[in-house]
Amino acid sequence: MNGRGRTALPYLYLLPAFLFFTPFVLVPFVHTLGLSFYDWDGLTRATFTGFANYREAFESALVRSAFGHALVLIFFFCVPPVLLALPLAVSSTRARVPGGNALRTVIFLPQAISTVVVGVSWGWILALDGPLNAGLHALGLDWAAVDWLGSFTWALPSLGLVGTWTLIGLCVTLFFAGLQQIPGSLYDAAAVDGAGRWREFLAVTLPGLKGPITVALTVTVISALRAFDLVFVTTRGGPGTETVVPGILIYRRAFEDGRLGSGAAIAVVLSIVVFAVTFLINRIADRRAP
Amino acid sequence: MTAVPRTGTWSAAILILFAAVTVMPILGVVLLSLQPPETQLSGFEWPDRLHFENYARAFEVAHFASYLQSSLIVSIAVVVGTVVVSTLSGYAFGTMRFPGENVLFYLLLTGLVIPFEAVIVPLYVELRAGHLTNSYWSVILPLIGTNSAFGTFWMRAYFRGVPRQLLEAAAMDGAGSLRILWKVLLPGARPALLTLVVLVFMWSWNEFLLPLVMLSREDLRTAPLGLAFFAGRFTTDRVGMAAAAVMVALPVVVLFIATHRRFVHGMWVGALKQ
Repeated sequence: MNGRGRTALPYLYLLPAFLFFTPFVLVPFVHTLGLSFYDWDGLTRATFTGFANYREAFESALVRSAFGHALVLIFFFCVPPVLLALPLAVSSTRARVPGGNALRTVIFLPQAISTVVVGVSWGWILALDGPLNAGLHALGLDWAAVDWLGSFTWALPSLGLVGTWTLIGLCVTLFFAGLQQIPGSLYDAAAVDGAGRWREFLAVTLPGLKGPITVALTVTVISALRAFDLVFVTTRGGPGTETVVPGILIYRRAFEDGRLGSGAAIAVVLSIVVFAVTFLINRIADRRAP
Repeated sequence: MTAVPRTGTWSAAILILFAAVTVMPILGVVLLSLQPPETQLSGFEWPDRLHFENYARAFEVAHFASYLQSSLIVSIAVVVGTVVVSTLSGYAFGTMRFPGENVLFYLLLTGLVIPFEAVIVPLYVELRAGHLTNSYWSVILPLIGTNSAFGTFWMRAYFRGVPRQLLEAAAMDGAGSLRILWKVLLPGARPALLTLVVLVFMWSWNEFLLPLVMLSREDLRTAPLGLAFFAGRFTTDRVGMAAAAVMVALPVVVLFIATHRRFVHGMWVGALKQ
């Protein structure tokens, strides 16, 4: 009796978590997979259409451009935040900066703010008569003032830079936490070896930050692939289709056009991309392990 | 003061520059929210006096009292649910050995990367069939589902770091597993739990797609949802929009600032254990 109780015990502790996870995450995900092979308006009978939804998705210029836009956003959400946060975190750890904690709190703030608030705020800042253009006019750069989010050229990079602004703080916080764990003895050893700033950074800091960098890359890439909120509140995919991202297409097809199967197919493709990218980043990080 | 090393000055300068760049847009919106109503402002300007009436207007006339209340109900329910189930499952994964341990853990880990976009369509269909759409449950239950993936991962990392001798000593004293969790482990888990609470509150409060799809009744709208509709409808009332935006952001920002020091400490502890 005792032995049996002991073997069932771990599963009892797992039960509550799986009672929420299974019906609200796992099962719907499998259903998305199934739904992607059907043509369904959500009300009448669904008809099995095989890979038709996928074929349509891969042939559609709109779907392809949505993933292309996601790629552009990945660049902006990922590369500048990581590259800027690294020196920022390192320099503020090495040298005691008065009020450093408060400053890092401030830099993290955008991460705590709802994307809707971020979108609405930047929508005002980037508007044709907004503060950014007012600043440009004040500098005499009248030619540079445009309707940033309404421009075919600038809408997507503008959204990308909003993402950069949001994610720098997250990266700084992650790197700063990681730097606290690198033993000081490693730096002493590097100093004894006569390593300069740059050598020390490459030999001690960068390998020591492997974990936080992996997390930062994963989180920023995923948030770029999931940029639905930001796009929905700022441009809704416009002007034209310049800022359409996969999330917008899924929402439109499933909940506005009543094409649930087609939306599900795009959702599956998006998930595969997310899984692949996550796997790849973590795989590369593992291989680089010393 | 000349003894301050050059690098220190440079670091401070860079950090201050970034903090300024970060805070400018936020400050701009806060200042806008305190301008006289109907102001069409294009720039950062100090208001003639602080017009707090914009907040009262957004709170009552624009229904933000109701939106904020919805968000509070949803977020607190999700935090409580997630913390309870994640503590239990993290305890099992972190301290016990059992068949299927790895499979179940990796299954749960997929929840960290499955985007809501990938489950939202069938989730809507199923919850509609169960007459749960247009109720807080339709937002609370799925949010506990996804957050329990991260929560389990997080608490497992904490429990794995607890010295085994501590667990064995308690078991020798004849303490049951639930008692060990409650009396021996949880008191030391405060930093990890606090970080989890802050993160889950933040994610629940700020969630947008789920309430957008599930809640069509105006009186159930969460704060970000209310703001999105408000911004879409009253495009000319920028001052009112700014006041509403500040109100939607404020609860999480206050919580974050209040816990920041321990939050980062918890993140550090969590990262250390992995």
